[in-house]
Amino acid sequence: MYNLLIGGAAGQGVDTITHVLERFIKHAGCGVFTTRDLMSRIRGGHNFALLRFGQTAPSGHDDRLDGLIALNEETLALHLPSLDPQGFALTGLDSDSQDPRVIKLDSLGIAKSLGNQRAAGSVALGAALKLLGIPFTREAAGPIFARYLKEDLVPVNVQAAQAGHESVSQLKKPLQGPYDGHLLLSGAQALCFGAMAAGLQFYAAYPMSPSTSILEHLAQHAGEVGYLVEQAEDEIAAINMALGASYAGARAMTGTSGGGFSLMVEGLGLAGMGEIPLVVVNAMRPGPATGLPTRTEQSDLRFVISAAQGEFPRMVIALRNHEDAFHQTARAFEMAEKYQIPVILLTDQYLQEATATIPLPNPYHIRQPQPLPPEGKGEYARYRYTKSGISPRILPGDPRGFSAVDSDEHDEQGRIIEDADTRVKMMDKRMGKLALLKKDLQEPEHLGEKEPDILLIGWGSMDGPLREAVDLLNAGEGPRVGALVFGDVWPLPERRLRKYAQQAKQRINVEQNYTGQLAQLIREQTGIAMDASVLKYDGRQLTGAQIADRVTKEAGK
Amino acid sequence: MTQQHIYQTHETAWCPGCGNFGILEALKMALEGLNLDPHDVVILGGIGQAPKTPQYIECNSFCGLHGRAVPPAVAVKMVNLNLKVIINSGDGDSYGEGGNHFLHNIRRNVDIAHFVHDNQLYALTKGQASPTTMEGMVTPVQVEGSMSIPFNPLLVALGTGAGFVARGFSGRPEHLAGLMKRAISYRGYALVDIFQNCVTFNKLNTYAWYNSRVYELDDSHDTSDLAAAMALASQFGEQIPIGVLYEKPQPDYNSRHAQLSSGQVLAGRDNDPEVVARLMRQLV
Repeated sequence: MYNLLIGGAAGQGVDTITHVLERFIKHAGCGVFTTRDLMSRIRGGHNFALLRFGQTAPSGHDDRLDGLIALNEETLALHLPSLDPQGFALTGLDSDSQDPRVIKLDSLGIAKSLGNQRAAGSVALGAALKLLGIPFTREAAGPIFARYLKEDLVPVNVQAAQAGHESVSQLKKPLQGPYDGHLLLSGAQALCFGAMAAGLQFYAAYPMSPSTSILEHLAQHAGEVGYLVEQAEDEIAAINMALGASYAGARAMTGTSGGGFSLMVEGLGLAGMGEIPLVVVNAMRPGPATGLPTRTEQSDLRFVISAAQGEFPRMVIALRNHEDAFHQTARAFEMAEKYQIPVILLTDQYLQEATATIPLPNPYHIRQPQPLPPEGKGEYARYRYTKSGISPRILPGDPRGFSAVDSDEHDEQGRIIEDADTRVKMMDKRMGKLALLKKDLQEPEHLGEKEPDILLIGWGSMDGPLREAVDLLNAGEGPRVGALVFGDVWPLPERRLRKYAQQAKQRINVEQNYTGQLAQLIREQTGIAMDASVLKYDGRQLTGAQIADRVTKEAGK
Repeated sequence: MTQQHIYQTHETAWCPGCGNFGILEALKMALEGLNLDPHDVVILGGIGQAPKTPQYIECNSFCGLHGRAVPPAVAVKMVNLNLKVIINSGDGDSYGEGGNHFLHNIRRNVDIAHFVHDNQLYALTKGQASPTTMEGMVTPVQVEGSMSIPFNPLLVALGTGAGFVARGFSGRPEHLAGLMKRAISYRGYALVDIFQNCVTFNKLNTYAWYNSRVYELDDSHDTSDLAAAMALASQFGEQIPIGVLYEKPQPDYNSRHAQLSSGQVLAGRDNDPEVVARLMRQLV
């Protein structure tokens, strides 16, 4: 497995070069996992992408580098210390570095001679491919560049990449794998396709990093697939629009990050009280307040589980990886509609923006739950008391009855009440849906040893790093390690947790936050306490190697 | 035919003499006059005394959150243009808590009718100043009198580009019903600000106060004249005009929208799995 860093100032083309490299590498058959480290600015600063690839698809990123494309001197200075002794660093001729691993390339001169100095990045790109043993053909290069560049810029960039490819000698052993036919997509894209596959008809949102990419991806395909995307005037409008659309019978979703979710909280309660199916995405970033807008964290778990006044049933699903993002987003729509509840999807900057190779998901096997027909005789009542707590739902426009929503406590017809008896019956009806929902929960995925000495516990996007950490730890002579990675976090599935927690000698939670929020939740719900924690809250995701190091230090304490 | 369906329920929570009764009566006249099937009508409200209206009339209803009647209303229309969407909400709900939605949905121009029961104070919370409270009015909170410049919803709507702007009075239900019918029939966002007396808390803007000041606009007013409409919207003193101040046809949201202009209904629709699969295959 190789790890390549592409770095430069904002506006220097880091993103385009990375996209093109990913495509060439996947075309050669390798599995790819790329993370982006962006500053919250449009020009200047220091941005980089970490492109990891291999014969098997990487599950996460790493910070030890085999190659470095430095579009400016700052990138070289910052990242040369992480470069492997056998690695390479590509720079321009102007670099004054004396490091033997540095290859000074006249990218600018070559690009100028080809007639466009802005193609200098493609020269470095071509050289990097050669050094990494990735084949280059003009036939393959044209369509790849055409995905990301204006048509008239494609030929010069293909020429520049070819010139770069010819300017250096192969350094690394070539890698090959079965991934050419896989999809290459971001976590945000996987989420969007999951929503489309589930029949999304309405998405309203207000731009906020790192959720904006959902708004953009969905807008891009709205016309072709036929759903509606509306940019709301604020997050309060976004969730209330989604509620209106859902009430009228369109599968609806809204998305935001923690700050916007804070504004949506009252609307979340309306979804609970009105029993309106709704999917809400919270793409987490470090808080509180504006926090670190372009970084990652898993610190909204406790918040979204308890957000809004009062008590109502809800479901919270944390997305673990790209494939999971597709399937769980589709499942979120199914759960929301089946139970007439809000379902919250927790993702984060790391997963939203990371790109990965996944097999083509089958969009046909997702069950499409239909609104229940009115049952029994007599007048239709939107909030009819039923054994399951789920009332038959008809849509406005249906001649069989009237659809009512009331944010006040209400009777079966949806009219305001204040009497104690109806209040209790309605609370019991709504909360009673939880018992059924619990039967639909998915247990956390188990990784590694079946009877581990150490049980690692994580959730959401810690999935990839945990997979690598478990493999690294079990490759050594130390204690045997297993892990549970939670996707469904609320209601908390307990069966597998109780089983493994009891067997293990030591239990360690691994989370991207300060307080160990999943550990708190587990203790509150089950009484099971962790013996140690591996936590990080600097806005940069833990790597598998970092987890393995820290677990080793905690082992046996 | 529809008359038998639309009826007042057995109980309202309004004070005897409340202006809301006149508005509810006008609303029923308008809906029946337009011969609308109540199953195709959705009435939405936020929170307050006015937004209880949907509770008292038999049709589809959405009594949502305070200040948030407009966002769900426009979304209902976006996903199902076959429904008639009406908002009944108060001045605090529409212009205060929901001010941002008011502004931006005038711009969005979705085909809804927005009836604002404007009693110039908060009634559900017992008499505090609202955006339209007159300067100097003493309330339990504004104990020295309201200090803020009153909000002029008609002028703001006209200035923001609304295509239908009217004012009515709860004490003239037949005249009001006429305004409501025109607002419901207008294709686009239609605002009717309705003077409404609050018998319990507003001792300044009483039924008599409104009744002695309002005058009905006649045919001499050209409703396509924006400058004239703005001049009328600025009249708030001894003489206050009621009627349609401004009416201009302009393309509404659905008819301008690439996906909705053909009459596509998104409610109850599913996506074509082949199309989704084709888009995903483009990522190979």
